[in-house]
Amino acid sequence: MREIYLDYSATTPVKQEVLTEMLPYFTGKFGNPSSLYQKGYEAKEALSLARARVAELIGALEKEIYFTSGGTEADNWAVVGTAKSRKSKGNHIITTKIEHHALLHTCKQLEKEGFDVTYLDVDKSGLISLKQLKDSITDKTILISIMYANNEVGSIQPVREIASIAKEKGILFHSDAVQALGNVPINVKDLGIDLLSVSAHKIYGPKGVGALYVRKGLTITNLLQGGGQEYKRRAGTENLPGIVGFGKAAQLAGENLDNHITTITELRNYFLAEIQKRIPDVDVNGGMVHRLPGNLNLVFNYVEGEAMILYMDMKGIYASTGSACSSASFSASHVLAAMGLPVEKAYSSVRFTLGDFTTKDDIDFAVNEITMIVEKLRSISPFDKEHDMETAQNCNCPA
Amino acid sequence: MGMYNEKVMEHFTNPKNTGVIENADAVGTYGSPVCGDMMEISLKVENNVITDAKFRTFGCGSAIASSSVATEMIKGRTLEDALKLTNQNFVDELGGLPGAKIHCSVLAEQAIKTAIYMYAKEHGLELPGLEGFDPDSEFDHEDGEEDES
Repeated sequence: MREIYLDYSATTPVKQEVLTEMLPYFTGKFGNPSSLYQKGYEAKEALSLARARVAELIGALEKEIYFTSGGTEADNWAVVGTAKSRKSKGNHIITTKIEHHALLHTCKQLEKEGFDVTYLDVDKSGLISLKQLKDSITDKTILISIMYANNEVGSIQPVREIASIAKEKGILFHSDAVQALGNVPINVKDLGIDLLSVSAHKIYGPKGVGALYVRKGLTITNLLQGGGQEYKRRAGTENLPGIVGFGKAAQLAGENLDNHITTITELRNYFLAEIQKRIPDVDVNGGMVHRLPGNLNLVFNYVEGEAMILYMDMKGIYASTGSACSSASFSASHVLAAMGLPVEKAYSSVRFTLGDFTTKDDIDFAVNEITMIVEKLRSISPFDKEHDMETAQNCNCPA
Repeated sequence: MGMYNEKVMEHFTNPKNTGVIENADAVGTYGSPVCGDMMEISLKVENNVITDAKFRTFGCGSAIASSSVATEMIKGRTLEDALKLTNQNFVDELGGLPGAKIHCSVLAEQAIKTAIYMYAKEHGLELPGLEGFDPDSEFDHEDGEEDES
């Protein structure tokens, strides 16, 4: 069956060039970078090249890149490491309501340990207010952690302005750039970012490898105790094949960036236009301006998102929904909720994310199928334009 | 295979008895889009027997499949008999639902109860199984045992 993958924000396939470069490091070049003999040196060289390539993609120095097991570890390390190392200076952290759970759950844990956390609101475009950020800063604030771009609606935050506010107040600024990497130009020096989380598997690299950029001269408490790897900051034998893959993926992402942004944006806009041409009553979640190139988050009014996903799955079309009745208590997306989207619309939302292997033909095929699926599900839905979902608010469910 | 078995997928993709019965004898709706699912069921009743049932559901695969199988199962049953059916009967008929999705089948049970409740109220019937039933109250139904996953 034909497969149309429209979930690049969930993960991406490893590009062939990336895999080719990784493979020798599983077998012939299996050495430990810490070993003193030739095989170790060879591994160390590869590690260094990968580090330089990742550094280049974000405008950092090689020595500012610390490889981790992924974006989650990088986020945990940035927040916990800063909290621990700066707790004598204060116990207040500012973040947003729309962060990834790697960030939100880490903050929740720190709250239990005595830290105060402010979760900034976002507007209907999924963007924070710089005024609210400024107003939230106290003399106890030690960290501002705001994601570069959101995974669900693709909103790109005013990172430069946030960095400048943080710097002015002498507060560290961390940004989770897992979704932004390879999709927007990032230069940590130019922007003035202190800590930045990135991950390989969102940019056509392997899963299980990421990195934390830590600005030169800045030290935060280590998360892991052990050997002296990663300049004594991140213990554990390096995942060398993964790191090599990350390096290659970063190099390709850098070379391909302008083309990627132009192509994917065009394709995404075409997708939206076709959907709107064919299917009535579809809303876009979030704004179209400060948005990741491949992201489209749509409300298919009167139908439920998971039923859509299931149908699309049968047709080989893969997308995702942030809201699902996955347990006895239904859970709507925290991001869409923070944007003020009524919960019934959150249940009708589907996220499509396009990537480097998406073609116009894929989009045409997907639009056709999606049109039929929406028609079918709407035909069995108790809601339509005349019987709007908003009027049926009497909730006698266990939520 | 995905998260659902073949029978569930069959009822999801080709749901039986969809739509609305013209001049229905009873209509019941349960749930709300705010909860993530809502079912509307309409019934034709003759001599206390359900002769036809149709549904419209806003909900996940499991809610739609349960709605379909439930309407199949109540057709030809007396109102008393239909009231004896629980969500577990629908789950069993479907050959099981993933544990986290069992609760979605409660929607069908409650919508059927609501429709029969409305019918009984209109016709002054006292039916066993409706004692204390209030379609507007939050249900406290057990999710049942975890089934096939």
